[in-house]
Amino acid sequence: MINIVWVLLIGIGIIFSLISGNVEVINNEIVTSAKAGINLVIELIPMMVLWSGLMNIASSSGLLDKFAHLIKPLLNKIFPSLKNDKAIGYVASNVAANMIGLGSAATPFGLKAMEEMQKENSKKDTASDAMITFLVLNTSGVTIIPTTVIALRMATGSANPSCIILSSVIATFLASAAGLFIDYLIRRRHR
Amino acid sequence: MKIISNIIIPLIVLGIIFYGFKKKVNVYDTFLEGAKEGLVMIFKLAPAIVAMVFAINIFIRSNVIYFVLGFLSDFFEKINVPLEILPMAFVRPISGTASLAILANILQTAGPDSFVGLLASTLQGCTDTTIYVLALYFGSVKITKTRYALPVGLCADLVGIIASFIVVKWLFL
Repeated sequence: MINIVWVLLIGIGIIFSLISGNVEVINNEIVTSAKAGINLVIELIPMMVLWSGLMNIASSSGLLDKFAHLIKPLLNKIFPSLKNDKAIGYVASNVAANMIGLGSAATPFGLKAMEEMQKENSKKDTASDAMITFLVLNTSGVTIIPTTVIALRMATGSANPSCIILSSVIATFLASAAGLFIDYLIRRRHR
Repeated sequence: MKIISNIIIPLIVLGIIFYGFKKKVNVYDTFLEGAKEGLVMIFKLAPAIVAMVFAINIFIRSNVIYFVLGFLSDFFEKINVPLEILPMAFVRPISGTASLAILANILQTAGPDSFVGLLASTLQGCTDTTIYVLALYFGSVKITKTRYALPVGLCADLVGIIASFIVVKWLFL
């Protein structure tokens, strides 16, 4: 997928600029873009290092588990078809880790959750209701602290880099709620 | 509003450190260990970021988007949607690195505190890369029939995009 997107972006960009006589700009861009890429990496390093350190404290002190435990009752309501307690636990950890911006810790929990849900799945090649609900919740990405965004805003000289936290949280919440609601409607119609 | 946004991070930092200390975790060493992992992770990501910035910058600077969407520009102008945001909205569900590259581009050219800048920042924070996540998670348990997962996921993304637009307008303008 990303393979195709990459080819399309570069192909369309260069061919269009050849046609439109804009080739000097593109030539310049090719020469300087690697530097821009490395600059972006460098801009992301400080936040990434700081935040990974803090989150490691959160996960080894059990704060993450506690947080996951807190949202479990809510998840039981969202996943009525999921009776597997282990799966719910993994889902909770995944959502909790995603919420506090611990994306890399969230993925292993998410994969474990899928594994547990697959055990209860009657058709092994077809997604179960619970899996779809989980992925809808996961892809609408409930993040409280978008660390990379804040880092980038800081690097480009924002007067208030973290001011987008509130707008992100509200937008995320609405996206998740809409996703879960549509999912709920579809499940009800299928029954 | 500003107070809420400013207070979240300090409170979370304080909470994490105090809780760790209370639970008798060696807070300092644990921090270093995690920080090291973060450093390794960003270096592992570096080639992908360079690849995407390369592709995205060529695409954006060719101005092809204005050519293709030129006939829609009146419509988007009328509802006050800046044209720069469209490539990002389109790429966001496919690749996190690609949308990050576009975000960096927008923040540099339009400024982080401009309307487009705030909108792009919110958009990057509010949804995840739907198509990538579905491929990874379903692939891990060998599920090929994904039923209605993709359309619902993309619907949620669309709601996120529209919500970002409205919320940014409401909070910052």
